Amino acid sequence: MIIPIDLIILVLIIVSAIAAITVPDLLSSAVILGAYSFLLCLLWTVMGAVDVAFTEATVGAGVSTVFCVAAIFHTSRRTKD
Amino acid sequence: MEQMLSFIAAKANYWTYVILLMVGLYAMIVKNNLVKKIVGMVIFQTAIILFYVSMGYKQGGTIPIVMHDEAHHGATSAAIKAIDYINPLPHVLMLTAIVVGVATLGVALSLAMKIYQEYGSLEEDEINEKLRNI
Amino acid sequence: MKILGKITILLCGSLLLFFTSDFPDFGDANSPASLHLSPYFIEHTLEDTAVPNVVTSVLADYRGYDTMFETTVILTAGLACFLLLRIPKRAVKNRYYLHEPTGVTLRFEGDKYPQESDVFKRIDSSWVPYDIIINFTCRLLIHFIQIFALYVVAHGHHSPGGGFQGGVVLGASVILFAISGNLRAAIKRFGEKTAALFSATGVFIYAGTAALCMVLGENFIDYAALAPILGSDRIMARSHGIFIVEIGVAVAVMAVMIWIYYNLSSAGKQDEGL
Repeated sequence: MIIPIDLIILVLIIVSAIAAITVPDLLSSAVILGAYSFLLCLLWTVMGAVDVAFTEATVGAGVSTVFCVAAIFHTSRRTKD
Repeated sequence: MEQMLSFIAAKANYWTYVILLMVGLYAMIVKNNLVKKIVGMVIFQTAIILFYVSMGYKQGGTIPIVMHDEAHHGATSAAIKAIDYINPLPHVLMLTAIVVGVATLGVALSLAMKIYQEYGSLEEDEINEKLRNI
Repeated sequence: MKILGKITILLCGSLLLFFTSDFPDFGDANSPASLHLSPYFIEHTLEDTAVPNVVTSVLADYRGYDTMFETTVILTAGLACFLLLRIPKRAVKNRYYLHEPTGVTLRFEGDKYPQESDVFKRIDSSWVPYDIIINFTCRLLIHFIQIFALYVVAHGHHSPGGGFQGGVVLGASVILFAISGNLRAAIKRFGEKTAALFSATGVFIYAGTAALCMVLGENFIDYAALAPILGSDRIMARSHGIFIVEIGVAVAVMAVMIWIYYNLSSAGKQDEGL
């Protein structure tokens, strides 16, 4: 039995999305969000949307992670949930 | 077994889209921290993008860059069949949506930063407490 | 309140999951979304615009209005960040200087502080020691990142890429410079006013090209009208028009990404930052 690669990526995406909103530290949350974006980029490539994959890799995984880290640097890492 | 796997493969993308949508909505409604809410907003956006891109996928289609001869452009259009290429329209819509998403993320984070400078906290209940004491 | 939110999410989720059974199967070539507009785009892109990448031709030509106002939205977001966060530089009270021959850190309060020279080096209040490996590697990489970004912008007609991606990569190179060194060095090279000017210029290039077509007597965003100016036939004029517009998008996106980063990373002071 061969499991298609997109099913594996979909499971990993759900796991990382849930991890991003449950970790008790905002910096980890930002970094897991970057990993989530890279997994999505893989999924777009599998689905043939190359332009969307390129945009997701540069924007989602690159710049938005930097924005999150910059914002957390000036506020606080602490969170209750 | 084969049948079940093909049924899962036919609907798995839609199930994932619903689950991600609900994860994002849960973070936006229930979570207490403002940055967590913003993370939920990003997940919500990507869920919508997943839905659109899944709609455009065609089994056996290739990426939407048309094969052509360099020598005579324009004359080969009779050979191009739309069924061979993945639907490019959702890709265009979602490409701009991703870039606008990061711009709105910047605005949301700067609002959160301004709230932190004003109230000294990112937690929603602590901010409400301070607002009530004014 | 939390219980109410969870109930809402469960209800919404189960309803949406129930109705996914009505969607067309994943990978179905005859799904309604693929039958109506997109076959025209795929089959006519070469004879209309001579651009093989369908995404680029739809983005900048067939759906040009959409992208034009998308760049306007990005410009507005950059402006909103600026207006929310920016505070004048005079609000910075303390400055820290490193006296290099002795290695002593000095704190200056008020208006009097030394000129930056070989002896006195300005450092951030949350200073991390200068790391030569990261700095050197990033300085080596930045040239190649920028050349690659220009390639992405220019080759968007034939391969994945285009204005949005190239602009973000260009912006990311400046952000990398600011992270690896310090923020003041980056602002000295690509200032805040430059960023603001470039982000408006990008939108102006797009809207100006579109309006020029109208001045030449054809529809708004019909690049075929540019054929007499560019000295080519009407099909290639549309291809070149897409390229001009992509440059505008790249300039706007690059400047806005850098501008938002400057404001976010320094909390609006544009002086000390990440």
